[in-house]
Amino acid sequence: MKYLDEYRDRAPAEQLAHGIRRAVTRPWTIMEICGGQTHTILKSGMEDLLPREITLVHGPGCPVCVTPVELIDKAVEIALRPEAVLCSFGDMLRVPGSSRSLFHAKAEGGDVRVVYSPLDAVKLARQNPGREIVFFAVGFETTAPANAMAVWQAAREGLRNFSVLVAQVLVPPAIEAILNGSSCRVQAFLAPGHVCTVVGYEQYEPIARRYRVPIVVTGFEPVDLLEGIAMAVAQLESGRAEVENQYSRAVLREGNRAAQQLVAEVFEVSDRRWRGIGEIPSSGLRLRQPYREFDAEVRFALVGAGAEESPDCISGLVLQGLKKPHECPAFGQACTPERPLGAPMVSSEGACAAYYHYGKRSHARD
Amino acid sequence: MCLAIPGKIVEIIEAGEPALRWGKVDFGGVRKEVSLAFTPEAQPGDYVLVHVGFALNVVDEAEAHKIFESLAEMEALGEAEGAP
Repeated sequence: MKYLDEYRDRAPAEQLAHGIRRAVTRPWTIMEICGGQTHTILKSGMEDLLPREITLVHGPGCPVCVTPVELIDKAVEIALRPEAVLCSFGDMLRVPGSSRSLFHAKAEGGDVRVVYSPLDAVKLARQNPGREIVFFAVGFETTAPANAMAVWQAAREGLRNFSVLVAQVLVPPAIEAILNGSSCRVQAFLAPGHVCTVVGYEQYEPIARRYRVPIVVTGFEPVDLLEGIAMAVAQLESGRAEVENQYSRAVLREGNRAAQQLVAEVFEVSDRRWRGIGEIPSSGLRLRQPYREFDAEVRFALVGAGAEESPDCISGLVLQGLKKPHECPAFGQACTPERPLGAPMVSSEGACAAYYHYGKRSHARD
Repeated sequence: MCLAIPGKIVEIIEAGEPALRWGKVDFGGVRKEVSLAFTPEAQPGDYVLVHVGFALNVVDEAEAHKIFESLAEMEALGEAEGAP
């Protein structure tokens, strides 16, 4: 497919890796933010092409992984109500809550449906006026415009049987939380390309300045990632700390204004809890007052019960780049994609799942 | 979840207002209906990056070629200088 295949070719990848090997003079630790990027890195085996001086650590950019346990529990509670249909992206179904996952709720008779787009849930609400249709609105900035559009359309059509369980998170506050951590070893970031397609990268510029850290907006294919790493290494080696855009075919500095406008119409910034990490100020979105009636937590009067993580899961450390997945004692033993202890082992963007599926190649380096 | 796939717009359906504009998009032979609400500039034949049923941007063709052009230049330069 055009704009995919050519970015997966071996020849340009090897040429870029060769350039990185020539440019590196000392060890550097670079974090790719997005779980989709992590999966490309592991699946392609590109770490084998990189010099030993480059350490890639994996960031928190997996919305499924950072959705707090209590929100999973709330989704389960909704799914088990006879009048409700809980619609979700497929990734969320196996994520463990404190007692069960949505998959378990479905097995117990809950009406849980996998949808491709939030608009599919709106359509379901239109077709089933007698049922309460709830969409589990999980995502980073990339998904916020779609979720905002679903709420906006439901409001416009007066679909009173539609609501959203909001688990929207934002990347820049998470980057700052990582940089403020006392054990932070990240020296440069590959910023998530599709998040920046929506929001642009102006908001990353103060972070690069304040923390003197290079940030390269990077795409998702092997050639994209290797070019992003090459750009980050060039900055690190020359002592620069700027925001650069590798993913220029998809990202403008100002992002997508039409998408931003609708997100700002429907959502406002709020504090958010991140699974395994804790509360990060101003790191999420919630519905604005005029749209609050579409908030499933309000509609179903859901109360958080202070759910606990599995004590054997170190996903918080993995999501902050402080540990690699295979450094967890439970990895591949007590915790597998079939019987996960934590979300990163479940999600198609989770670092633990990437190590589990493609692990042999990456372990060769350690 | 932030996965977005490039596809080619084969047809656009104007629904009277920008928020309801949509199109048929071809992904290597598979066609899907995609909201073009956030890409008012998109035209048939354009490639758009699609995420959960929404086009997030029109792929910039000139920018997409740059990396391969600069790699080709570097290779030509390397050969000219006899570098490995």
